[in-house]
Amino acid sequence: MISSSSKIILEVRNLSASVAGVGILKGINLTVRAGEVHAIMGPNGSGKSTFSKVLAGHPSYTVTGGEVIFQGKNLLELPPEERAHAGVFLAFQYPIEIPGVSNSAFLRLAYNTLHTRRGGEDLDPLEFNDYIREKSKIVEMDPSFLDRNVNEGFSGGEKKRNEILQMAVLDPTLAILDETDSGLDIDALRIVASGVNRLMTPNNAVIMVTHYQRLLNYITPDFVHVMRGGQIIKTGGKELALELETRGYDWVHA
Amino acid sequence: MSSTLDALINRPYEYGFVTDIESDALPKGLNEDVIRLISKKKNEPDWLLEFRLAAYRHWLTLTPPEWANITHPKVDFQDMVYYSAPKPRKKLASMDEVDPELLRTFEKLGVPMSERKALANVAVDVIFDSVSVATTYKDKLAEVGVIFCSFSEAVKEHPELIKKYLGSVVPTADNFYAALNSAVFTDGSFCYIPKGCRCPMDLSTYFRINNGESGQFERTLIVAEEGSYVSYLEGCTAPRFDTNQLHAAVVELVAMDNAEIKYSTVQNWYAGDENGVGGIYNFVTKRGLCKGINSKISWTQVETGSAITWKYPSCVLIGDNSIGEFYSVALTNHHQQADTGTKMIHIGKNTRSRIVSKGISAGQSNNSYRGLVKVGANAADARNYSQCDSMLIGATCGANTFPYIEVHNSSAKVEHEASTSRIGEDQMFYFASRGIGAEEAVSMIINGFCKEVFNHLPMEFAVEATQLLGLKLEGSVG
Repeated sequence: MISSSSKIILEVRNLSASVAGVGILKGINLTVRAGEVHAIMGPNGSGKSTFSKVLAGHPSYTVTGGEVIFQGKNLLELPPEERAHAGVFLAFQYPIEIPGVSNSAFLRLAYNTLHTRRGGEDLDPLEFNDYIREKSKIVEMDPSFLDRNVNEGFSGGEKKRNEILQMAVLDPTLAILDETDSGLDIDALRIVASGVNRLMTPNNAVIMVTHYQRLLNYITPDFVHVMRGGQIIKTGGKELALELETRGYDWVHA
Repeated sequence: MSSTLDALINRPYEYGFVTDIESDALPKGLNEDVIRLISKKKNEPDWLLEFRLAAYRHWLTLTPPEWANITHPKVDFQDMVYYSAPKPRKKLASMDEVDPELLRTFEKLGVPMSERKALANVAVDVIFDSVSVATTYKDKLAEVGVIFCSFSEAVKEHPELIKKYLGSVVPTADNFYAALNSAVFTDGSFCYIPKGCRCPMDLSTYFRINNGESGQFERTLIVAEEGSYVSYLEGCTAPRFDTNQLHAAVVELVAMDNAEIKYSTVQNWYAGDENGVGGIYNFVTKRGLCKGINSKISWTQVETGSAITWKYPSCVLIGDNSIGEFYSVALTNHHQQADTGTKMIHIGKNTRSRIVSKGISAGQSNNSYRGLVKVGANAADARNYSQCDSMLIGATCGANTFPYIEVHNSSAKVEHEASTSRIGEDQMFYFASRGIGAEEAVSMIINGFCKEVFNHLPMEFAVEATQLLGLKLEGSVG
């Protein structure tokens, strides 16, 4: 079990945000410590995905109040690329296709940019090839995917595996998985979940945004939060997810 | 995010300086006397003066073309200088005698005029306003029989070749700007590759407009004899003026049996400022004649500059089994307008053509692809494949595709594919969330988009083109 003395990675205090003038997040509070897995559940439109995008710095969302401290830094002051450099990673619900850019070139640029920032050395294409082939095994991805354009023509499952491969390359301190389980068949779900489990260490943490309890059979959460109306209205252990699965969301009240 | 993108796209044009050099220029205006004067200054033979005058008289009967998807104020052809040359213009014995101010200019532009410092294996002809100021590696090329010199010199040294081929691909009456060029052209490059010769180095011409009031009218003629091969590169820049300068060039290529000409352009004329003030009007006629069997002409162009581009490098495929290719990247930003594409005219049997056009529009610019594929009645088994892709950056630019296909032979196969994509906020955020900033993201997307064309550029040019697009587009996504 996680001791409450573990280092705090993320501290969200009373966070509000809007998109196109409409308030979506209405005062979120959340503390994430090293080594923890947090699941955020809730009905459609509760603000789960918005919360993950706001943490990653999506430009369409405006923060209207509160603060987010990530490892002692004011996360909200940083542009999205610097949040990534600082160790925040968002696995997209709908990964973006980038025509004309090969997956391996994209991953190498991401890797080299990050490692240069952290004072490391660039990998040349040959060195990177060895490195990425090894990493691909984490998500059981065929190396031929590395030569294809980023997410172009990938199936839903392939796109999600590609997200976890990017997570493996960027080695984040905080990984936010936005509905990573949606649209996955049972085999792909198992592969993706096992990839995430292999990347977990006592020093990093995961926030999983999900609709269904199913993913939690594979990645065991330390905390389950229920979101509704832009707030976290209930927090419990993994058993809360099972209860939600059988009883739905309607019985949960703030 | 859109503000960083704006900052990126609004990088200043780095070649906008003016060289302070004394020039010998004619007064503004155009009439037969001006043409006689140009011809006299260049000590031309009578037949060439007659060629000019005939073109001029025909030009007077023509009106500027208005079918292109571009708009601009009427060009006042009397308010323009038709001849401007750096002084003094004595015959240069070696590169050391080139005016040091000119050398510095081209040094700044990154053009190797000194053979000692030259880039790996590229011979350069340098055109400054109206005249050629230097050609490198002439002697080395002469050893294998390759003639590479300024057009003026070719008229004197190789009149029989010029007489035979000048106007043979683009007749003086071809179009308004070709007629104007034929009347007033001042210099350019001439290349002749003898039978069976694989030209040992890339040949290159670098064009620089310096005079704010002069038009540039150069003429390029390349003849590749049977079984020969040449790769030719063309680069161009101009200072930043708040008036528009006219560039109306004519390029003619002739490929005999089994000959191949590869012609690459990186066009970086001044494009005008972010409000659309100033910049070059680039109205150019480029055409290649695949005269011989199995001949091949390949155009590769990267068009990034000019306020207006009106340009359709074409191939006339006469020889059986001849091949024409057109690979193009046209980028427009701010208020730039481009109407560019190609014509592939299939006349011989079993002729093939391939068109790959990539248009990138940003700012308030407008970018059109216009292409004609024509298969004549005797062009049995002709094949064409065309691919036209457009990329839009931001919401205020436009892209159009105007393909014209005329087929008069039922055995022909013509394919056309087109696509449009947009670099949007979501793509940029995806890159950013992986730690990749806007500048690198745009450059990666654009290079990916243009890869198929860049692969056809010679190495040094490919690197230059990649950097150029990066510079021009930084910050333009939002």
